[in-house]
Amino acid sequence: MTPIPIWRRYARIFGPDPAADVKDELSFHLQAKVDDLVRQGWHREAARQEAERLFGDLRAVQRIGTRIGEQMERRKRLKDYWSDSLQDVRYTFRTLGRDPSFAAISILILALAIGANVAVFSVVNTLLLRPLPFPESRELVWIAPPPTSCGLSCATYSADAYEEFRDQSRAYQDVTGYEAFTTPDNLRLTGRGEPQPATSIEVVGNFFQLLGVQPAMGRLFSAEETRPGAHPVALLANAYWKSQFNADPAIVGKAIELSGTPITIVGVLPDSFDFGAVFSPGAKVDLFTPLDLNQERNWGNIVTFLGRLKPGVTVAQALDDANRVAPNIYFNTKYPQTLGRYKGSLIPVPLKDYVTGKLRRSLIALWCAVGAILLIAGVNLSNLLLARASARAKEFAVRGALGATRGRIVRQLLMESLVLSGAGAVLGLGLARTLIAWLAHQGSVALPLLSALRIDGEALVWTVIVAIFTATIFGLLPGLKIASGNLQEVLKDSGPGAGLGRNHERVRAVLVVSEVALACVLLVSAGLLLRSFSKVLDVDLGFQPDRAASIRVDYDDSAPTEEASQAKRGAIFQQILARVSALPGVEAAGMSDYLPLGPNREWDTPVPQGKTFAPGELPDPLVYVVTPGFIRAMGIRLQGRDFTWADGPHSERVVLINASAARVYWPGEDAVGKILMRDKEEDHVIGVVDDVHEETVEGGTGSQIYYPVTQQGPSSAQLVVRTSLPPATLAPSVLSALRELNPQQSAAEFRPIQTIVDRAVSPRRFFTLLVGSFAALGLLLAALGIYGVISYSVTRQAHTIGIQMALGASTGRVQRQVLAGTLRLALAGMLLGTLAALAVSKLISSLLFSVSSWDLPTYLGMALSLLLVAALSGYIPAWRASKVNPMEALRSN
Amino acid sequence: MDTAKLEFVRGTLDVLILKALVWGPLHGYAITNLIRRQSDDALLLEEGTLYPALWRLENKELLEAEWGLSENNRKAKFYRLTAEGRRQLRHEVRTWEAYAAAVAKVLAATQPPLPEPMG
Repeated sequence: MTPIPIWRRYARIFGPDPAADVKDELSFHLQAKVDDLVRQGWHREAARQEAERLFGDLRAVQRIGTRIGEQMERRKRLKDYWSDSLQDVRYTFRTLGRDPSFAAISILILALAIGANVAVFSVVNTLLLRPLPFPESRELVWIAPPPTSCGLSCATYSADAYEEFRDQSRAYQDVTGYEAFTTPDNLRLTGRGEPQPATSIEVVGNFFQLLGVQPAMGRLFSAEETRPGAHPVALLANAYWKSQFNADPAIVGKAIELSGTPITIVGVLPDSFDFGAVFSPGAKVDLFTPLDLNQERNWGNIVTFLGRLKPGVTVAQALDDANRVAPNIYFNTKYPQTLGRYKGSLIPVPLKDYVTGKLRRSLIALWCAVGAILLIAGVNLSNLLLARASARAKEFAVRGALGATRGRIVRQLLMESLVLSGAGAVLGLGLARTLIAWLAHQGSVALPLLSALRIDGEALVWTVIVAIFTATIFGLLPGLKIASGNLQEVLKDSGPGAGLGRNHERVRAVLVVSEVALACVLLVSAGLLLRSFSKVLDVDLGFQPDRAASIRVDYDDSAPTEEASQAKRGAIFQQILARVSALPGVEAAGMSDYLPLGPNREWDTPVPQGKTFAPGELPDPLVYVVTPGFIRAMGIRLQGRDFTWADGPHSERVVLINASAARVYWPGEDAVGKILMRDKEEDHVIGVVDDVHEETVEGGTGSQIYYPVTQQGPSSAQLVVRTSLPPATLAPSVLSALRELNPQQSAAEFRPIQTIVDRAVSPRRFFTLLVGSFAALGLLLAALGIYGVISYSVTRQAHTIGIQMALGASTGRVQRQVLAGTLRLALAGMLLGTLAALAVSKLISSLLFSVSSWDLPTYLGMALSLLLVAALSGYIPAWRASKVNPMEALRSN
Repeated sequence: MDTAKLEFVRGTLDVLILKALVWGPLHGYAITNLIRRQSDDALLLEEGTLYPALWRLENKELLEAEWGLSENNRKAKFYRLTAEGRRQLRHEVRTWEAYAAAVAKVLAATQPPLPEPMG
């Protein structure tokens, strides 16, 4: 074989062409054959025909050849691509290794931004995007009345209503519910050493079947176990089984003693089922017992409704169905006048909306905040790469001159950004894992489903998407910028960073301005949320949570008659309070069955004596059954007198009402001394107390009424102690005092009242903290961006600055000049950012609490902090500029 | 047998091509000539079938191809054995020899096999 001489060597002009190659090869064969035949004496034309005959089906062979050729071509291209990419990667590692501080800073920035994004995505995914952790969870609906001010009593239904609704509705496969008035630590686990507090919830027998929860061990409740007189049984929550019973594998069938009653355990629920996470955020439930509807029949509204829609039934159809059924439902079937009491108050909503609907806006705001962080980080990286690209302009020009196409150079740059963002993603994933693990264990944050948080496959996919997206946005711009530059110009020019410099600087200025604008929006949003949060903390709750603590008191007031029971209870409570008040450091002590910002209930509709009101005009006040001293221990302001132990079962009936109730009953008059009628009973109002926030810190308050424990039956007893000492130091002496009086007293937690308030504001604290830290991160990145640009432009202008200084410019003047350039950038960004922030703050206005979205202090604070940060990040380059040695600057270049 | 074409046993063409290239790079036409002459005109292959076989071998990277100039100065595609091709040839030659010996043994037999000893 002779190699083709150089003059006959040509490639296919339009790239490889397998079909033409095949044709050439075959026609060479035929010609050679014809030549041979002619040499043997054939006539040329006959020889051609003979050659073709001998060859066989020319077209078929050609087709095969083309196909194989194309296949090989494709494989070759792929192989080239991979080997090029590998080369790019190797090259990238080499260049990044040469500039480790650049690589470290970029990877750190990316890790923070990507980590924040992945963590927030996991939260959003768990709370908003993913269905609830039940089979066919879309069929589950929560049935409740529209929100009112009478607490849980108005969000629940009676036992009769439950049966009527279940039997008459056609939209549901089944309806269930649970007893809503459970307070934490409502039972004592006894008979196993020191009595331990436990929280149990009564659920309608079919509760777990309806949700589709399968027991990890044992079985669910049977129908018999929900009937009166059945042997008491319980299901254990998985966590409680593990913590209290050491995950005893033989627990099923064993009996445990709860508050003195033996109860058989029929099963253990799976680890995946967390009642608190779905229905009662921030609370834990240890065990479940079947609700006996018959026993609860006279207790009023106590059951929540939860339904599973028949397949294909929509929520709107279920609402129509509920509206049809509502007029036929009795509050209590024994009293015909209670027919139709639930008209308009049976409203099904998807369970998912009930659980996380309120958080939707906050979560979306959070998502946008991390999105902004990602953009800022991307812009920042873009900026850093541009600066580097200018410095490397010559390298690219040389590569271009040596035959690298522009596409190849852009690819190289993209590979660099991919490697950077890949490293950032790996580090960020680690950060996100830490953050998520921490969040998942924030049991005190009253957010649903938190315990289900984890970095899963979806979060990993999201990480990859975010990493590629970021790499593209920050890698493409510098790449295109470089590739579009005039390479020859760069090669000719010899100054540092000349040629592409001026153009680049303009692009980078635009980038910095947009970065500052984004940071501005973040700062304003965070500022507004922060101001809202501080306003929430300033809310007058009606009581003083600091220096007060509470503990649940166990007592036994069983007696043959109601009055005897009241007297016995009074004696027990009086004794307890006397003992506790005598402890050193205790300023006041009292008891109540419910504490503010927790569960609550209403009973009746009292009517002021001698007045008539239109039906529905009078409120159903929330009821608290308290001892003397409770009002003082909680730090509630009181006009009139407090209850005394003299207010007993046989004395005049007395009540305290709150200011809101007084305004409704006797507007403009002094309520003290007036009488409230409940049917035939006369309640004498002996005092008026301040409104106490009963459900949320941020919501308003309604009517409240207080009865003495000696005249009404409390549902439990929470001892509240006001102390001059830290509650923790008082806890042992309070508990031992209670134990002395009642050895059955469980080791319940002595909780500062402040923790109740903290829990109530925890979701807001959570979001504010997150958005706040994102804003701080945004500010930091923006500062870095400003510093980068100014610092680079100082380096580039060193020559000019040198001339200026040689001509007599003072160092101060040079510094001012650089600082002015910095502030120009910052101001432009702030102007844009303020406009954007005004629009954005309108969108988050529903998340604000008594702060207008135009809040001037927030905007001023944002402007001040941005200017300060800009000035700081501009000062370092300015100082450097003033240190330029004129002689050296002039000599170089 | 003189001019009667021997039917190619399936798969034989590949090994013949590999063998033909042992002496150095050749273009397709030269390969047909070489096989014809080395078999003393006994093996006449239908020329059309040669090329798909060549391309398949090239695709399997047993051969590699390069454009060059033929004896009479025409542009032609030359094939050469790769290291992998050489290995493959050695392997196939061994297989072929074993096969041919076995077939020959059977065909040369003059009496039926002795009964197998009972085990």
